[in-house]
Amino acid sequence: MSAVLEIRDLRVTFATPLGDLEAVRGVDLDVRAGEVLGVVGESGSGKSVTFLAAMGLLPATATVRGSVRVDGVELVGAPPKEMRRVRGRLMSMIFQDPLSALNPVHRVGAQIAEMLQAHQRMTDRAAAARAVELLELVGIPQPADRARQYPHEFSGGMRQRVVIAIAMANRPKVLVADEPTTALDVTVQAQILEVIQRVQAETGTAVVLITHDLGVVARVCDRVQVMYAGRSVERGAVHAIFGRPTHPYTRGLLDSLPHEGLERLTPIAGFPPNMLRPPSGCAFRVRCPHAIDACGTDVPDLRPIGEQESACIRASELARAGDGR
Amino acid sequence: MLRYVLRRVLWAIPTLLFITFLVYVALRTGTDPVKSYLRINPRATKAKIAQYIEVNGLDPNYVRGYWSWLRNFVTGNWPRSIKGSREVWPQLKDALANSLRLGAAATVVGIAVGIFVGVYAALKPGGRRDVAVNTSAFIGISIPPYVSAIILQLLFAVYWSRWFGDTLFPTSGVYPPGQVGFDPWLMAKHMVLPTLVVAIQVIAVYARYMRSSLLDVLSSDFMRTARSKGISERRVLVRHGMRNALIPVVTIAALDVGAIVGGLIITENVFSYPGMGVYFLSAFAQGDFPLLMPWMVIIVASVLLFNLVADIAYAWLDPRIRLG
Amino acid sequence: MAEVATRPGTAGEIALPTVSPRQMAYRRFVSHKAAVGSVVILALLVCFVVLSPITARYGVNEAVKEPPNYFIPPGGLAWFGTDDIGRDLYSRLIYGVRVSLVIGFFSAIISVTLGCLIGATAGFRGGRFDDVVMRITDLFLAFPFLVTLLVLRNFLGAIEWLRPIIGDLSSIRFIIVLFSIFGWMSVARIVRGQVLALKEREFIEAARAAGAGRWYVVRTHLLPNSVGPIMVALTFAVVSAIIGESTLSFFGYGPQPGAGATSLGLLVAGAKGAVNTGNWWLALFPCGVLALIALCVNFVGDALRDATDPRLDRGDA
Repeated sequence: MSAVLEIRDLRVTFATPLGDLEAVRGVDLDVRAGEVLGVVGESGSGKSVTFLAAMGLLPATATVRGSVRVDGVELVGAPPKEMRRVRGRLMSMIFQDPLSALNPVHRVGAQIAEMLQAHQRMTDRAAAARAVELLELVGIPQPADRARQYPHEFSGGMRQRVVIAIAMANRPKVLVADEPTTALDVTVQAQILEVIQRVQAETGTAVVLITHDLGVVARVCDRVQVMYAGRSVERGAVHAIFGRPTHPYTRGLLDSLPHEGLERLTPIAGFPPNMLRPPSGCAFRVRCPHAIDACGTDVPDLRPIGEQESACIRASELARAGDGR
Repeated sequence: MLRYVLRRVLWAIPTLLFITFLVYVALRTGTDPVKSYLRINPRATKAKIAQYIEVNGLDPNYVRGYWSWLRNFVTGNWPRSIKGSREVWPQLKDALANSLRLGAAATVVGIAVGIFVGVYAALKPGGRRDVAVNTSAFIGISIPPYVSAIILQLLFAVYWSRWFGDTLFPTSGVYPPGQVGFDPWLMAKHMVLPTLVVAIQVIAVYARYMRSSLLDVLSSDFMRTARSKGISERRVLVRHGMRNALIPVVTIAALDVGAIVGGLIITENVFSYPGMGVYFLSAFAQGDFPLLMPWMVIIVASVLLFNLVADIAYAWLDPRIRLG
Repeated sequence: MAEVATRPGTAGEIALPTVSPRQMAYRRFVSHKAAVGSVVILALLVCFVVLSPITARYGVNEAVKEPPNYFIPPGGLAWFGTDDIGRDLYSRLIYGVRVSLVIGFFSAIISVTLGCLIGATAGFRGGRFDDVVMRITDLFLAFPFLVTLLVLRNFLGAIEWLRPIIGDLSSIRFIIVLFSIFGWMSVARIVRGQVLALKEREFIEAARAAGAGRWYVVRTHLLPNSVGPIMVALTFAVVSAIIGESTLSFFGYGPQPGAGATSLGLLVAGAKGAVNTGNWWLALFPCGVLALIALCVNFVGDALRDATDPRLDRGDA
């Protein structure tokens, strides 16, 4: 299977008054055509920044190094014009807060049409008609009337559907959904996930679902990549990772979920590290119950173990010892 | 929309009446029109005084007095000025025309330049040009208009001719003394310095408004959405950024007439420009009630008018404002 | 910064120096170079004024030498030149700034006190009181400042029974009262806005839910959180009173401190006559000092606003 989005050794540094902050520290990531990839991690783990960097949407204080290829086109260091041709056409993004993601002064239909006309030769009329179709695709009733309304006339869930319609307008190869349900009511969350799944099934777009909700990942995703402190710690098929997590952090995440038969949740001790001064070696070692001295010296890369890949130097040991968690 | 506008217009009328009543009371108390009249016409007969009181609506009872003043005002039965006993409207009309010309020139130049400069600064916040714009705007607002007017006057009235042997920009009036007839070129030359003084203030204020408004908008989420569409940076800035950033600026522009008129009054006086400001200050110094009241009505009405314009512009530009 | 260390041997790696909000504000203020410079200039100015017996070279009404002594250009005899009757402009500027500073400080303090009380009450009580207060301030602020000021001045001055309280039309006390009446409005707006914003914040709700009384909430939560905006308002009130006094004096409606005493505004007004005769020093120095004061106080106010408003923290990318 070919990868439509290939990220290699991506590093993102922000210049802050307190010094340089490396938010992403060498991430490798592949998105294959048509799959749903879950990207999981706590806030500040660099999962959103990774994809904002890929889209070229980071502020000027950020420096991006490494490689991002969409459909074979290299984006890091590419001229802005080329970036623009990729954004919205090959890869598009849905953001966390639908309430503020739409421009309040333009009609919803016009905002979708703008996306269409940015990449396709289309008359205004054709674009408007297509915008109505897209609204219908994401399940908005009376799409023709709704297209003429302004964002403030839509509820949060409806707005997120509009955002999805905008993102899907040009049938991109990759759709990045950055915590698309976090800001919504629980009942609406399920609907939005359904919309994403349906759109994905209909168009064959690959979807990257950035989330910290493992339940969502289990339900929706094919593969999952776990991030911690700006690095990947584990990746593999969902069933493999959920069935036998090999990295202590992944295991911690899973343990902190409500589970049948378990009386109590076990949260991970401690807090995410300060990214201005991340710990040496494996960043998780300061919270890791299995940390040994060697953890402080090596910065482990992802290495295959069984069906998945893990960035823990004790992965195989721990996998053996902790089987059947 | 129409109903909203109508309702606001209807509301403006009682407001206008109420404020002019307050002005009437304040002026009557503060300038004592009868005493001013007697000071200039010390030998006025009893009948003359009674007629003056009658036509100006100076009944001892303020409410009744205001009412008769209002009736005379609305029916066009305006009293003559105390000083020189001249008709008020011709003087007021000329002053208004001169001021409108000056005010419009300064406002158009000021807002256009101010918005441009503000955007220019906001595009690279913290950069060198941002700092330059910010600092000069800051100096612009801090320095009172008469200070810059006096410095400009000194420069152009005295030193320019001393150094270069010719007057570049005249520093007083609309025409040189003795000029008859209409001469737009001369008029424009006379307007340059006063316009500059008023415009400096307007530029400074709008550069700052525009800058902060655009910075607010630039950091909002929908700008990221717009950028993620892959449209040109220019289109992102104009269609998404400016369109939103201008909403508060337009509103404030309309609300700011009071400040602009204030700047005009001061500037006109320094440059002896025969507009509303010179008219007001000389009338006020004389306590010339018949001259002052119509002037006040015009000022109050224009402030209310522009408030109305601000509200309507706001509602028109921002679909989130519900009109009911 | 939260306590992070959970394991021995790792604490040093993570612990960052903690900084209190006040220290942060101080640091931000100090990083504003123009503001620091302004503070220094203002401090110097105040020193000059306070030490006027030492710093002033002549008395306020004293001629620098026997006639002819008028319009002497700046030089050793009179650093800033002399005016039409031979008085030293430099010394008169010191006396003038003294009067202006007194007017500025007193009216600022009165108007900020009034403004805080009225603004906080309006914000807290809401309803009719709030409506009325805000309508009045809107009205006053919408009209040309000079016109309102002049009309109000004459109106107040004409009321007989007020005279013992607020003084005569041309006294300094009257000017202070006048600017206090004007000044409270913008302060009240700021404070009201602050109160309204804080009222919605969760920690206030939490305090109220915990049974705290209104006054307790004001004292322990609202006031400490409003110190920044109030200080900013105070600095701006000082500027507007000083400039207002100058404006009034410029048009001949200012205070007459009596016995040849002067104010900055009167000196600036003197510049009007100087322009056509080419006695540049009479225009340049008073205007320069006024502009300098206005600029410096504005810079300080601006920096204070930046420093005390955590939302403007430039730390987050």
